[in-house]
Amino acid sequence: MENFNYHRPATVNAAAALLKKSKDGSYMAGGHTLLPTMKQGLAKPTDIIDLSAIKGFSGIAVSKSAVVIKAGTTHMEVATSAAVKKAIPALWEMAGKIGGVHVRNRGTIGGSIANSDPAADYPSACVGLGATIITDKRKIAADAFFTGMFQTALKAGEIITAVSFPIPKKSSHMKFPNPASRYALTGVFVSQDSAGKVRVAVTGAGPKVFRIADMEAALSKDFAASALNGIQVKAKGLNSDMHATAEYRAHLIGVLARRAVAAAK
Amino acid sequence: MTDTGIGARVLRKEDKRFITGKGQYTDDINLPHQTYAYFVRSPHAHATIKSINTAKAKKMPGVVDVFTSKEVEEDKIGGLICGWLIHSKDGSPMKAGPHPILASGKVRFVGDQVAVVIAETRAQARAAAEAVSVSYGVLPHNVDAAQAMKTKAQVHDVAADNRVYNWSIGDQAATDAAFKTAVHVTKMDLINNRLIPNAMETRAAIGSYDTGSDHYTLYTTSQNPHVARLVISAFHGLAPEHKLRVIAPDVGGGFGSKIFIYGEEVTCVWASKRIGGRPVKWTADRSEAFLSDAHGRDHVSHAELAMDAAGKIIGLKVHTIASMGAYLSTFSSCVPTYLYATLLSGQYNIPNIYAEVDAVYTNTAPVDAYRGAGRPEATYLLERIVETAARELKMDPVEFRRKNFITSFPHQTPVIFCYDAGDYGAALDKALELSDYKNFASRKAASARNGKLRGVGFSAYIEACGIAPSAAVGSLGAGVGLWESAEVRVNAVGTVEVLTGSHSHGQGHETTFAQLVSEKLGVDINNVAIVHGDTDKVQMGMGTYGSRSGAVGMTAISKALDKIEAKAKRVAAAVMEASVDDVDFKDGTFTVKGTDKKMAFGEVALASYVGHKFNSSEIEIGLKETSFHDPSNFVFPAGVHICEVEVDADTGLTKIASYTAVDDFGTIINPMIVEGQVQGGVAQGIGQALIEGAHYDRESGQLSTGSYMDYNMPRAANMPHIENFKLGFTVTKCPSNPLGMKGCGEAGAIAAPPAVINAITDAIGVRDIAMPATPLTVWQAMQPMKRAAE
Repeated sequence: MENFNYHRPATVNAAAALLKKSKDGSYMAGGHTLLPTMKQGLAKPTDIIDLSAIKGFSGIAVSKSAVVIKAGTTHMEVATSAAVKKAIPALWEMAGKIGGVHVRNRGTIGGSIANSDPAADYPSACVGLGATIITDKRKIAADAFFTGMFQTALKAGEIITAVSFPIPKKSSHMKFPNPASRYALTGVFVSQDSAGKVRVAVTGAGPKVFRIADMEAALSKDFAASALNGIQVKAKGLNSDMHATAEYRAHLIGVLARRAVAAAK
Repeated sequence: MTDTGIGARVLRKEDKRFITGKGQYTDDINLPHQTYAYFVRSPHAHATIKSINTAKAKKMPGVVDVFTSKEVEEDKIGGLICGWLIHSKDGSPMKAGPHPILASGKVRFVGDQVAVVIAETRAQARAAAEAVSVSYGVLPHNVDAAQAMKTKAQVHDVAADNRVYNWSIGDQAATDAAFKTAVHVTKMDLINNRLIPNAMETRAAIGSYDTGSDHYTLYTTSQNPHVARLVISAFHGLAPEHKLRVIAPDVGGGFGSKIFIYGEEVTCVWASKRIGGRPVKWTADRSEAFLSDAHGRDHVSHAELAMDAAGKIIGLKVHTIASMGAYLSTFSSCVPTYLYATLLSGQYNIPNIYAEVDAVYTNTAPVDAYRGAGRPEATYLLERIVETAARELKMDPVEFRRKNFITSFPHQTPVIFCYDAGDYGAALDKALELSDYKNFASRKAASARNGKLRGVGFSAYIEACGIAPSAAVGSLGAGVGLWESAEVRVNAVGTVEVLTGSHSHGQGHETTFAQLVSEKLGVDINNVAIVHGDTDKVQMGMGTYGSRSGAVGMTAISKALDKIEAKAKRVAAAVMEASVDDVDFKDGTFTVKGTDKKMAFGEVALASYVGHKFNSSEIEIGLKETSFHDPSNFVFPAGVHICEVEVDADTGLTKIASYTAVDDFGTIINPMIVEGQVQGGVAQGIGQALIEGAHYDRESGQLSTGSYMDYNMPRAANMPHIENFKLGFTVTKCPSNPLGMKGCGEAGAIAAPPAVINAITDAIGVRDIAMPATPLTVWQAMQPMKRAAE
């Protein structure tokens, strides 16, 4: 690891100013992706701007219609929040399945989605629930936020401050973990809103989180696992590696989607 | 009688320091003026080294020096050796290519060390290593054992077809003749997947040269420090043994991978002198461990099993290609030969066996002994083909095994070994009972109601441990004898120090060895210290591997303790003015027959050193004895393991529903530690069967499983629930050592893989499935059946 300047600003504006001033700076939330890549010499930022001391940067607020999670909130805080459990049990459950205890204690929702790892869990919850990503500059619909593998709609220096999840009528998350890393080999997040509109979001299987229109259409008509019978997910374009072929991932999407619908509450 | 003797379930004495962070591992040790080494490693699987430019690195901050093979050759430092000479069936000796401590002229696998940077800090050494510029001429490579004899990628000049040896065992003509009479022959192609040991502590070393006394010290993560000293003295030519001290302090696991002598530790000792005597420390990071620790297994085999009309096995034929990796590691050559094919008779009365083994070079990390070493490969092959044969013959796999079990002892197999004792039927009966086999059908039906496919698999394993009679292994090509030594020092106050050549790196010797002393001398284990791992303290030793520390190491201690007792009796007799024949020793007290005279062990110890009460020209002062024990036979632990799995047909995910292990280890010293050994071994075996596997990319030659992101270590969640993980023991005492011990360290890793795979193939109804049976593999295996059903 190379030497770097370490900053711990108290406000979002100060953080943004520090990044602008730095030669090749990087924000750091939980640091779970950034630090390993720095240790391997793959990232060599001149400045680390640690967001963890920003006042009011973490916390959970639940209203009648939405769960708003501030960007610096750890996975553990979400996974142990009774309010989240009551409002969106699938989101609460999903947070408890991220990594291990140590990861959940450090990792944050803002850091996770800003990284847009193709196998991360939160992107599927954001897209699967139709969340809104709130930054220091604007609000971005989750559908428009994740633009590619490790790519998002964030502009240079833009900081995520919170994520707002609308409370669905029913939702469910099913994760088939990679046997080694425990990232999602394939994960499916399903939700049905009060109007009966269904979202099916998949992570781990493609270059970024994506939705499956056929399944959403079928489930919007009939929210039952049997409604998915006959819908074949195409393997083309899906990830293929030593742990799972594209065909296997396509198959798993179907299995997990049916299980998610059956388990939705 | 103490309550800390043989059979006592006492807590481990060493655990307090381990679980409170007070262990002293090599990396915890820091010497004054220490420097740090970082190795430049090959990014290519196979390449010539055209040039190495170290000028820029040498000018980097903190850099003390940079060395390559040029300096190694200048100082005439010898290469690494393979200590077991195997001859091919045509009589020619194995083809051992050169193995310099820093690559010379050529690199042969990704991770091969090319240069070493010595600097003031580890970070400086690492930064400078990036500045070492190596010009490579990339050559064709091969990472696949099965392709090694066909490829153009020739790893060593001495082996034109990459073949190290073509070795055979057994009577080929008799076996062929038996096959001609067979009513049924079962044939299988089986792969034993390559594994990476992953000890919790990575390898580390500190080399230190004292310019004043011309003396070297090496701290290293070794399972056998005396062997390291012997090899470094005799073959690397660094220093004679009296000028070299090797210390293996607390060592955090080895599983075999720390038996071997590696280039890095030799480099540290050598480099310390080269830089003028400052100590040189190296600690592998986890990525280096994946790349450069000796790997395990990696066999490709074809096997045929012949049966007569009654379902009796009449012959076994095996051909195995065993990858040795890019170089012959210290004991690699004996693993796929004398530790493997000699076990192919298993627990069965097989009158004719013929096996041929081609050991081959590949452009991969060297392969050597890993928990079980050869015996897991033999057990996997035999138990898979036996199970498959039973299915083909439509016989119950339990009854097929029982029908073919060896039932009388001693039993001479056609592949060298003479089994001394055992009762395989008893272990089978106990395992069937513990696993509630009779109700398997109802559990299978219950699983089916939950949409799961349940299967059951058996593994009746045998292993040869307690290696080994020195003359026997010498006749088979071993370069060393495999005895063990012990010295027992009784202090004047009656406390006891045992110096042993065995080495504990997780086994709990400080507890179990003390229990033996407690049993024999009647002292509490807290009054016993076990000293090991330092060539300046312990006279000589052969180390710990092959489940030998009980059967061989403890027997040496036991013999020394017998001498202590005999000497102490003479002292007691003199002090109590009695004939030595009238002195009895029991529960720590010496008594004189027919009198009320008695002395406690501590009083006799004191008298031995005070020397006032006996004639010191007749009885020597002191109470200290030594023994070198050379075993008369191997020991043969055996058992039956039964695994039940539940397979999720939708995803291919396999769960171990229950696991039953019944083992015959002979006498057990500490049941708690033995149970831990079985559980740990089974965990590694389940790991191999379900999830673990080292994978080299064929195209690039890179290790694809170079971190925990891709290499799957078994986790608690891969194990059966503790209530469904049943252990049982049967006991037939080993006749070849006075304690009747066999050995338990490797059993689980040997027995588990075929039990698991037999259960999965039973559950999903396929003939074979490759290890590791990951969800992807199981799902793919089920696709043809699904298509057929549709």
